[in-house]
Amino acid sequence: MSTQTRAKTKTPKAKIPRVRLSPGRWFTEIGWRHLVGVLAVIFALVPISYLVSASLNPLGNVTTTTLIPQTFDLVHFKALFDDPNNPFPRWALNSIIVCMAVVFVQLLFSALGAYAFSRFRFTGRRAGLLSLLLIQMFPQFLAIVALFTMFTSIGEVVPAIGLNTLTGYIIVMCGNSLAQVWLIKGFFDAIPRSLDEAATIDGASHNQVFFRIILPLVTPILATCGLLVFVGALAEFLMASIFLTDTSKKTLATGLYGLIDADKSNNLGIFAAGALLTAIPVMALFLYLQRFIVGGMTAGGVKG
Amino acid sequence: MPGMRKGEVDPLTSGSSRIVWPLILKVLFVGTVIGTAFALTPTLAGQKSWFFLAAIWTIAAILTATYATQRAIPAKYLVPGTLMLALFVVYPILLTGANSFTNLGDGTRSTKEEAVAQIVNASVVQTPDAPRYNLSVGTTGSKTEGPFTFFLVQQETKEAFAGTEEGLEPLDAGSATIEADKVTAVDGYTILTAKELNAVGDPLKEFTVPTDNGAIRQLGISTAFEGTTTLQYDEDADTITDTVSGVVYSPKLSGDREFFTAPDGTRLSDQSWKANVGFANYKKALTDDRIAKDFFKIFVWTVVFATLSVISTFALGLFLAVTLNDSRLRGQKVYRALLIMPYAIPGFISLLLWSSFFNKDFGLVNQLTGLDVNWFQGATTAKIAVLLTNLWMGFPYMFLVCTGALQALSGELKEAAKIDGASGWMGFSKITFPLLLVTVAPLLVATFAFNFNNFTTIYLLTEGGPFTPDNPTAGGTDILISYTIRLAFGAGGQQIGFASAISVLLFLITGLIAAVQFRYTKALEDVN
Repeated sequence: MSTQTRAKTKTPKAKIPRVRLSPGRWFTEIGWRHLVGVLAVIFALVPISYLVSASLNPLGNVTTTTLIPQTFDLVHFKALFDDPNNPFPRWALNSIIVCMAVVFVQLLFSALGAYAFSRFRFTGRRAGLLSLLLIQMFPQFLAIVALFTMFTSIGEVVPAIGLNTLTGYIIVMCGNSLAQVWLIKGFFDAIPRSLDEAATIDGASHNQVFFRIILPLVTPILATCGLLVFVGALAEFLMASIFLTDTSKKTLATGLYGLIDADKSNNLGIFAAGALLTAIPVMALFLYLQRFIVGGMTAGGVKG
Repeated sequence: MPGMRKGEVDPLTSGSSRIVWPLILKVLFVGTVIGTAFALTPTLAGQKSWFFLAAIWTIAAILTATYATQRAIPAKYLVPGTLMLALFVVYPILLTGANSFTNLGDGTRSTKEEAVAQIVNASVVQTPDAPRYNLSVGTTGSKTEGPFTFFLVQQETKEAFAGTEEGLEPLDAGSATIEADKVTAVDGYTILTAKELNAVGDPLKEFTVPTDNGAIRQLGISTAFEGTTTLQYDEDADTITDTVSGVVYSPKLSGDREFFTAPDGTRLSDQSWKANVGFANYKKALTDDRIAKDFFKIFVWTVVFATLSVISTFALGLFLAVTLNDSRLRGQKVYRALLIMPYAIPGFISLLLWSSFFNKDFGLVNQLTGLDVNWFQGATTAKIAVLLTNLWMGFPYMFLVCTGALQALSGELKEAAKIDGASGWMGFSKITFPLLLVTVAPLLVATFAFNFNNFTTIYLLTEGGPFTPDNPTAGGTDILISYTIRLAFGAGGQQIGFASAISVLLFLITGLIAAVQFRYTKALEDVN
C-alpha cells in the first residue's frame, strides 16, 4: 500500500519528462515496455481465449475450435446441468464441501497452533516449530500408497470414512492442517503483546484473548490465506483420483478430468464449459484480493 | 481496538451464561469423544482390529486429558492439528518406511496364516457320501457385507448348527425357530431372503466353516455340504502335505515371494503372502540392471525438469517484473491484473487444456506456429511441451513475487546506484538483482521442491509418456513420483513394497532439498 502512495506522489514528476520525450526516446524508455507487456499478455491470455472459444463452439471438438470464438452457443453449459452422466453440479458441490471443510480446519487448527507458538513459552516449543517446518517439506502424497492401504482398512471398520467417501477424503486432506502455522505465527508475532496482557489483567482467559482479540485483528490475512488454501484444495487431483472413484463422489478436478480423458477430441467443448465455470469465480477472487495475495506469497504461502 | 472494551472480555462483569457455555461445550465434546470410542469398541473387538482399538482409545485419552483438565494450556491449542498431522502425515510416512521392507503387492496382501487357510480351504472337495445341510444365512450387520453366520440343519440327523469362519457350534434351540428343517429366525440375527442371498454372491461362495473333517461350504442357494480336504498343513515343519498323493509342499522363494512348491517344482497355488524382504527393494532399485537404468534416467530428468522449470519461470517473471516496474508506464495495473490470470486458473484445468494444444493435427501450438510436430510422440518434444506448459503456469507467480520484492527494495538504493554511475544493466546486475535474489531464494528452492514432486503436471499432460514398446514402465517424461505411482497402482499389478522403497528414496532426496532450503531461510535463526 505504501508503494501505491509513492507511485501517486511520483506521477506529477513523471508526467513532465513524458511531454518532452521524442518518439524515438519514448520508445527506448517506455514504448518497448508496452511491447513486452502486450506480448506477455497475449502469451498469458491465448489459452484462456481458446478455452472460452471451445466452450461456445457447439461442435465441441478440437478440429473445429478456433482461437477466437466464432459462434455463441451455450449447448455445453446446458449439457453440464442436464446430463446425469456428468453431474457437474454434484461435482461442484463436492468440491465446495471439500474446500470449505479443508479451509476451515486448516485455518482454525493453524491459527490455534500459531497462537500457542506465538504467545506461550513451553518445553519443546522450538523443537516443535522446527519439526513442523521439516515435516512440511515432505509432500503428503508421497505416502499415498500407505494412505490408500490405511483407509482401506479404516473403511472396513467405519465405512463412513473409508475409501470413496468425501468424509474420508476430507480427513486425509486435513492431515496438513498445521500447514499455515508459520505464516500465521508471523502475523500474530506482529501484534503487540501488551494488547493481550491488558486483556488478561482485565480478567480475560487465554481463549477469550485468542478468539476476541487476536483473531479479529488478522481476519483479512486469514481471508487471503484461506483463498490460497481453497484453490490448492480445489486443484488437488492425485489423492482425489485415488480416493474418490464413484461418479457421484468426484470433485471438479477428477470429474472434469474424467470428461476429457474419455474422449480427448470430442469432449473438449463440455470440458471447457465446466472449466470456465470453475475458473471464473476463482479468477474474480484473485483479482479482488490481488494486493493481499502478493503480500501473502512473499511471506511463504504457495498455491498447490 | 474493539476487543479491549471491558464488558466483552471481562467474565466478572458478564453474565454467568458466558462462563457456563464453554463448560457445556467442553463436556459435550469430551462426552462425544469418549462416546464414539465406546460405540466403536464392540465392532472393532468383533473384527479383532486390536490396533485400531488401541489407536482410538489413545486418541480419546489424549483429547480427554487435554480438554477435561486445566493443565498444559499450550497443548489445548496444539493438540488438534498435531493429532491430524501425526495420524495422516507422520504415520503414513512411517508405514511407507515399514512397507518398503516387505514384498507387499498383488497376491501378497494376506498374512502367511491367512494364505495357508485359503489354500487348504480352497481344496475342499465334495465326496459322494458327504453330509448335506439346509442353509440359512444370518447377519448381525449389513445384508450385503456381513458379518455372516451360516445356520445349518443336517439333512439326515436334523441337528442344527451355527457356523462362522471360526468354526461350527450347535445351535441353541431356545433362540432359534426351525420350520420345515430350515432355520427361519434367530435372536439377534437378520435372516437373508433368497433374493438377498443372490445379491451377496461371492463372499458367500467363499465363506468356509472349518470342521474337524474338512469344511462346510455353500452349494447352490440354500444348501451346504461338508467337504473334505486332502491337504494337511503341518505347522512345525511348515509344509503342506497332500494326503492322497503324498506329495509334500514346502515354501520356496521365487523372486521376492514364497510359494508352497513340490520338490519337482510344481506350485500348489499361486497364493503367496506378505513377508519381510529386508533391503531387497532398495537393492532392486539401485542395482537391478534395467530398473537402475530407468531409475537413473528418470532421476536425471526429474532434476532437469525441476531446475529448468524454476529457471524459465523465474527468468520470464523477473524480466516482466523489471520491465513493467516503471512508474511512467501507463496501464501498469491492467498488465498486472491480466498477467495474474494463468496463476488464478486451477492447475488441473490449465494442464488438461494445454495437453489438447499439443495435438499434432489440430492442436493450437502447431496451428499458431505452422509446425507439424507430433509433440507427445517423441521424448524430446514431449519434454519441451511439458516445460513450455509449466512456464505458462508458473511465470505469473514469479512475476508477482519479483514485483513485490522490487517494490520492497528502497528507491534510495537505486538512486545511490545511479549517482555512482551504475545505471541500466550495471545497476540491475550489480545491485538490484543480488538484493532481490536474497528475498526470493527461499521461494525458488520451494518451487524447485514443488516441481521435483510435481506429479499433477506430468500425469495430466503426458501420463509420463511416450513409452517405448520394450519398456512400458518408464516413459520419456516420467519424473520419480509419477513412475512410483505407476508402480504402486499401475496396470502391471500393484508392487506396493517396491513403490514404497522408491517413495522412501524420494523422501530422502526431498529431505536433502529441504536441508538446502534451511540454509537459505532465516527461519532457523528467527525461532524465538
